[in-house]
Amino acid sequence: MSQDNSIGPAPGTVNPTPLPLIEVRGVDMGYGGSVLLREISFEVMPGDIFIIMGGSGSGKSTLLRALIGLKRPMKGSVLHKGVNFWDQELPEREKIMRDFGVLYQGGALWSSLTVLENLALPLEQYTSLSRDEIVEIVRLKLALVGLTGFEELYPSELSGGMRKRAGLARALALDPDILFLDEPTSGLDPLNAHRFDNLVGELRDSLGSTVVVVTHELASIFAIGTNSIYIDGETGTVTAQGDPKRLLKESTDFTVRNFLTRGSLEDADNEGRQP
Amino acid sequence: MGSKKTPAAAQGREIGQLSVERLDPATLCIKLAGDWRLAGDPPSSLHVDTIFQDNPDAKAIIVDGHTLGGWDSSLLAFLRRIHQRASEKGIQVQSEGLPEGSQRLLERARSASKQITLQNQPRRQDFLTTVGSRTVGLVSSARETFEFIGEVFVAMVRLCSGKATFRKVDLGLFLQQTGAQALPIVSLISALVGLILAFVGAVQLRAFGAQIYVADLVGIGMVRVMGAIMAGIIMAGRTGASYAAQIGTMQVNEEVDALRTLGVSPVEFLVLPRVLALMIMMPLLTVYADIMGVLGGLIVGVLVLDLNPIVYLNETIQALTLTTVWIGVFHGAVFGLLVGIFGCLKGMQCSRSASGVGYATTSAVVTGIVAIIVATAIITIGCNILGI
Repeated sequence: MSQDNSIGPAPGTVNPTPLPLIEVRGVDMGYGGSVLLREISFEVMPGDIFIIMGGSGSGKSTLLRALIGLKRPMKGSVLHKGVNFWDQELPEREKIMRDFGVLYQGGALWSSLTVLENLALPLEQYTSLSRDEIVEIVRLKLALVGLTGFEELYPSELSGGMRKRAGLARALALDPDILFLDEPTSGLDPLNAHRFDNLVGELRDSLGSTVVVVTHELASIFAIGTNSIYIDGETGTVTAQGDPKRLLKESTDFTVRNFLTRGSLEDADNEGRQP
Repeated sequence: MGSKKTPAAAQGREIGQLSVERLDPATLCIKLAGDWRLAGDPPSSLHVDTIFQDNPDAKAIIVDGHTLGGWDSSLLAFLRRIHQRASEKGIQVQSEGLPEGSQRLLERARSASKQITLQNQPRRQDFLTTVGSRTVGLVSSARETFEFIGEVFVAMVRLCSGKATFRKVDLGLFLQQTGAQALPIVSLISALVGLILAFVGAVQLRAFGAQIYVADLVGIGMVRVMGAIMAGIIMAGRTGASYAAQIGTMQVNEEVDALRTLGVSPVEFLVLPRVLALMIMMPLLTVYADIMGVLGGLIVGVLVLDLNPIVYLNETIQALTLTTVWIGVFHGAVFGLLVGIFGCLKGMQCSRSASGVGYATTSAVVTGIVAIIVATAIITIGCNILGI
């Protein structure tokens, strides 16, 4: 009766030879002369909800900046659909970047534009749709994130959670192949964070998009993550990789297990030392 | 502007197509075929209205997606509009062969819209409402300004009684920023204004052989008012804007709220040292601007009018009285107070957004300059009445 022709494979389908959508090979990142991240390597497969996790200041967002084309790695390569992103000339890189949808930590909505104008801008730039069609698409995106009727408001008139949802709607404006979310649920109450996670999962299931999420919110990590890496803040390296739920059960790395259990191993260690 | 996406046809994909047929007198079948992607220029969702207009007697609609290829938001927008129009007309819609994902997202869009829907407030107002709301806004703005001036006055009284809370090191920093660091720009502008005044005067005075009075013109003009005005305008553009941006950014980052919750008065902690710094430095900058202006006039007098520099300076000194100097310095002090107060006021009134900081900065400069000109007019009329 029904069929799913969405972008990327439908959930549960098995592609015999899946090619990674993103490959990160031996990337070093840093600021000035100091290296923050060393020898980072991982692959993001189509349809994944890939979590980049780690403590505060571990360099998660810095790594994200290399993936979305905002910061060139000091060493190593980032491949998008097999193309070495940072080896390309700027116009080519910009073309690749059009397949990205990015939700920044604070929403990053343009404050001088209304919500509708924020979402319409990418559509005006990169499609040949008429104004009425653009408004129709914008209304649809806003409806998807539960912001119907907020079209004419300015970002400063929205709450933090609404700004994030509007940011997500803007990230979805061009139906991107890959959605990058930087700390999407930080600052949201548990209920709204839960709803946001559901929304991301549903969008992935329905559109077949691939999602890369930078977060340290454990609830979100376990709720939506299908694959992940853990960045150790002290060494700046990836110390664990895999399904977060499996990592919780099987990882032998103290730091990773301690992170995933919200410091319970540390507490047990401290209690054991007390006389 | 950015380039447009490559159409589907150019990428070897079948373009999204739409066909409408009658299955029976009451049932309409809308068949969707090919790739429905934004980049491929699929049929517009606005076609839906035409379909409903052309078939006003339809009682049921079947949307057939069996031959549909890839899809994205363009399909969703189309389907959503069908459902919306059908719902308005009480027509049944049945979907066949549509992608599951699209159905799920449509359902989500419907349910999310039900959860929270804000009715758009009408943004256009009639003339009377606009005049009324602007007047109320103006009165409110004036009240805020006077309240703020009052708070600054109270803070100054507390300063005199040694109770004001602010960091002395901040005052030192602002004195340096508003004073020493402003010297190059004040030197350049004041010298050029003196030079311009001399040139303008020389053209007329030379005709009467009275070119020596260029020294009087430049001396009195600069010292009495122009030196202070030029220093004030420079300070409004340089320091007033900087104050508004600094305090505005602090508003955005909730730093001002953090001071309030700590029980520290933002007016004392943030505004007082800034206004004080300008009040102290502006009279000094005015005197400096006067000297630079006279030097600018001297250059014209010596090089263009062939006047002896000693004679020129003697003429300037004879033309000036102590009252003239004090009036200039008084102008400077008033301008410093005004620029400081309006710069800080606009920063404190800043809304919590990036564009708010930009608006506050612009507003601080404009208000500062207007205040300077108005104050000059008032002082000039006052001096005239007093006969000085």
